[in-house]
Amino acid sequence: MLDLRGYGWLLLEGTKLTISVGLFSMGIAMVLGLIGAWGKLSRAKITRGAADTYTTVIRGVPELVLILLVYYGMPTLIQDLSGAAGREIIIDLNPFVAGVVTIGFIYGAFSTEVFRGAYLAVPKGQIDAARAVGMSPALAFRRIILPQMWRFALPGLGNVWMVLIKATALISVIQLPELMRNADIAARATRLPFSCYFAASLIYLGITIASMVIQQRAEARASRGVRRE
Amino acid sequence: MDLGIIWESLPRLFHGTLITIEVTAISVMIGLCLAVPLALMRVSRNPILWVPVYCFIFYFRGTPLLVQIFLIYYGSGQFQSLLSQIGLWTFFREAYFCAILSLTLNTAGYTAEILRGGIQGVPFGEIEAARACGMSGGLLYRRIILPKAFRLAWPAYTNEVVFLLQATSLVSIITLMDITGVARVIAARSFAFYELFIAAALIYLLLVYGVLFVFRRIEFRISRHLLDLSAIAKKKTPALA
Repeated sequence: MLDLRGYGWLLLEGTKLTISVGLFSMGIAMVLGLIGAWGKLSRAKITRGAADTYTTVIRGVPELVLILLVYYGMPTLIQDLSGAAGREIIIDLNPFVAGVVTIGFIYGAFSTEVFRGAYLAVPKGQIDAARAVGMSPALAFRRIILPQMWRFALPGLGNVWMVLIKATALISVIQLPELMRNADIAARATRLPFSCYFAASLIYLGITIASMVIQQRAEARASRGVRRE
Repeated sequence: MDLGIIWESLPRLFHGTLITIEVTAISVMIGLCLAVPLALMRVSRNPILWVPVYCFIFYFRGTPLLVQIFLIYYGSGQFQSLLSQIGLWTFFREAYFCAILSLTLNTAGYTAEILRGGIQGVPFGEIEAARACGMSGGLLYRRIILPKAFRLAWPAYTNEVVFLLQATSLVSIITLMDITGVARVIAARSFAFYELFIAAALIYLLLVYGVLFVFRRIEFRISRHLLDLSAIAKKKTPALA
């Protein structure tokens, strides 16, 4: 049934791009998540308000609409704004950049909650102790809090990654030749749509299984210093 | 920013909103009806029951919804002659039917997994007490385990419904005219891309927070008897004063 008439390599090429889109987006999501969590936990009302607005808006709007907004809407918005300012700036967004930035931006909102929870899970005494031995807040964060946060953040980040890698399929809508888009091309060329999409779904399933195994190992490694009863 | 185009498109966006709500409501309801037996099979100790359900749940949670939609809508074309023979091709030809079918199966998988967590979270003491009263089998599930499991699973189920509502935007890719579909068509004709996608985003925001509001009210209602009334009384006092 899974005779792809020589189009299997196209799916594998797409898989490479899907994984790199996933990894780049995850990187952006984690940076944004840390900034967002810092904003949510900060005492200043402005940063807290900004971080709350970010997570509230992003979690209430479908990924597809945000991808379309960034890819098609951003260039025209910038053109209109610069036109109003009397200058003409025309940007042509590359689908890879648009996809990675949008997916990263969306899942940054989800990792914000993960990092916020992880920060709150680190015992307060650790921070007090670090400050008491003379570390600056930045140094205490880097040396004491961040290493301990990972253990609490890993299960949540693993979940974010699993949802994120599946969301990359949506970038096929803006013609980036990742796994989903290539499955589409193969389906049209071979006239075997079921076989092609089913093969693609099995590759996604494989990525999910591999991610689960890696997540289990990472969690075991991150909590190797924790005593169990 | 051209606000006029949003104003002109409002009736069509409203119609799209109705489609979005309709697709969501139908899939959520059928999905829930499927999820209950699936969850019961999933917690069974008989491998003939739980293994196929485990595979179903794993497949639908482990692959992107877009692949599932394409698999059903475009993939059914590969079996056109077979499907016409058994008289199902009239259904699979319709984008609307395929959209509902894939969304339903997807949400059934996620909901079954959520319900499984709820069923396994029911305190054993309650089951033991019910058994001591002479309940068993169907009666035990109907009166004790399922109501408790639903109450435990409700917050997670709320999230699933919100995700499904957002996921219905994918049906625009197979030509359905939901909010996203309407926005895409008008944007492509008028080049008012950001205006329409921002308008669509705002409608989704309203729908999502509307659903959250309703589901929180239901959550309060179904677990009212478990709340600490003195805490509520204390909270209310300053508002009255």
